Amino acid sequence: MNAAPRAPLWPGIVAAALVTAFAVAFMWAENEWEVVGVLAAALVAVLVARRTGWLAPAARAFEMREPAMNCVTIAALLVFVAFFHDDHFPLLMVGTVLVYFTVCLGLTIQFGYAGVLNFAAAAFLGTGCYTAAVLSAHTSLPHLLVLAAGGAVAALVGSILILPVLRTRGHYAAVVTIAFGLLFRTFLEVNDTLGGPQGLKLPSMNLLGMTFNDNFIVAGIEFSFYMHYVLAALALAVLAFAVTRRLERSWIGVSLDAIRLDETAAACFGIHLARWKIVAFTLGNFMAGAARALYALMLGFIAPTNFTFGDSLVMVSIILLGGIGNPWGAALAAALVVVLPEKLQLIQEYRFLLYAAMVILVLLYRPEGLLPRPLRNYLPGWRPR
Amino acid sequence: MSAPVLALSGLTRHFGGLVALDALDMRVERGQIVGLIGPNGSGKTTSFNVLTGIYAASAGRAEFLGRDITNLRAQAVYEAGIARTFQRSRLCLPLSIFDNIMVGNHKRLARGLWFNLFRRAALRAQIEGAFEEARELVRVFDAPLADRMFDAVGALPMIDRRRIEICRALISRPQLLLLDEPSAGMTEEETRELMDDILEIRGRIEGLSIVIIEHEMGVIERITERCVVLNFGRKIAEGTYRQVAAERQVQEAYLGVE
Repeated sequence: MNAAPRAPLWPGIVAAALVTAFAVAFMWAENEWEVVGVLAAALVAVLVARRTGWLAPAARAFEMREPAMNCVTIAALLVFVAFFHDDHFPLLMVGTVLVYFTVCLGLTIQFGYAGVLNFAAAAFLGTGCYTAAVLSAHTSLPHLLVLAAGGAVAALVGSILILPVLRTRGHYAAVVTIAFGLLFRTFLEVNDTLGGPQGLKLPSMNLLGMTFNDNFIVAGIEFSFYMHYVLAALALAVLAFAVTRRLERSWIGVSLDAIRLDETAAACFGIHLARWKIVAFTLGNFMAGAARALYALMLGFIAPTNFTFGDSLVMVSIILLGGIGNPWGAALAAALVVVLPEKLQLIQEYRFLLYAAMVILVLLYRPEGLLPRPLRNYLPGWRPR
Repeated sequence: MSAPVLALSGLTRHFGGLVALDALDMRVERGQIVGLIGPNGSGKTTSFNVLTGIYAASAGRAEFLGRDITNLRAQAVYEAGIARTFQRSRLCLPLSIFDNIMVGNHKRLARGLWFNLFRRAALRAQIEGAFEEARELVRVFDAPLADRMFDAVGALPMIDRRRIEICRALISRPQLLLLDEPSAGMTEEETRELMDDILEIRGRIEGLSIVIIEHEMGVIERITERCVVLNFGRKIAEGTYRQVAAERQVQEAYLGVE
């Protein structure tokens, strides 16, 4: 293989700018027809770009100039939130998408890499949230540690499931996790110390002396209090993304894939199945629990109805929709699944119908998801001589 | 003389009432290529599976370089220095050639979570080193294939998959290679090519011993120094190919008896 000339960065920047502009227009659109119009325009633009080959240079920039493009993506997101700096609703949406994205990165490690099905995501999300609620209400633990504790307890509760998950495969593992998810919700509903069906309230998040629930003013510009949470969620998402990426691009990523694809062959080459499944399951639950704990602090309220089987299913459908094992796919699908129903109030009532239809359509016409997972790119930009 | 690479004594495996492998005795000396032949269902693959820890032995003993490896876990057998291929190719089809070979390289790669996540510079050096080594190995089998290390295995024809499977088994430098019917699903021409490759690789790796399960008698005659014939799980003959082929019991096992 010859050393390819360095791929230019600008197509990636142009693509990011266009997507940002689209996102702003989409957020601005007030009535349903405008929303549908913007969506249709975006769809047409993507199809045309694909047909004319304009998409390829942008995709190449993302692939070959990854560190730079990651920064461009973060910058694009910051531009977007700066646009809506004093507007609660768009910021709430961005925060929600970032949290869902982080949760789905956890599921990607579990299901996308190690092949451990987890239909009890809501139970681990709930564990993270209730831990955060109790700790923030009854202790003076710094809130950063509260988030970490949420993740840690979620991972710990996950260890209850490890034995059954290790001993079952495929459908059986799915059934075990479904049962656990249902059990967890019932446990919340009958448990009066945790608020029972009424749930619990959470105080404002505090970090480094900042109270997150107050609007703030910088250089004479007023910012919505949600900005705090958006930035915190962004930090969390970036961290989770880095961990997921590094995991995939290491020997551990190879081992996890081998376990998912053929356990017998993996064992015959020295890969300890149980060890890596436990690592993946625990790490995934930690990320999910911590991220959802932040979301609980942002909303200020949690109840058992937030952690139903349907909520677990939404997370799994995001992964299927985006492309199993591709973090960017999870980001795109999380944005679609969270924002679309909010903007199209018409759909809101039929939300689960829409998810189901989307998943079925994707499985039929794009079985590998919107953004299929590419081959492992060990060292971005590296092409051996 | 030093301990044989492999010494099986009375190795047995039952499945319920069925005796799939019945008290197999067998020795493989260092550097030897031994053929394991017999009709379908005669226990050839079962012996590999018992040996590599996929099935537990019901009775008997297996020694590898003088060390007892009976009923070790599959992982431990690999660590000890035995690598295998499978009858039905068991590569990870969505993964690249390089990924697949690295699965086989597991014992020589860093496994720590900390190292893999946070020591990126050291990991990078390891990736580059392992890549060079894997590419060299693939080049022995097929030079054009070595330029496609980042192609998905699922897109390759059968013969290339077999090559990759053998590379996956060899990259960890095992002392003993178990080949389970490498010619399955290939044309005569392809089989001959693959056997050339196997002989070449044996010449390059000092002291590598091979046990090969085959149905193609031409292959057995050409590359093995000794063979063991199984029928209904039991050893019915042993010797050079010419010796065993001349035995009446062997002919009956293959051709049936009036």
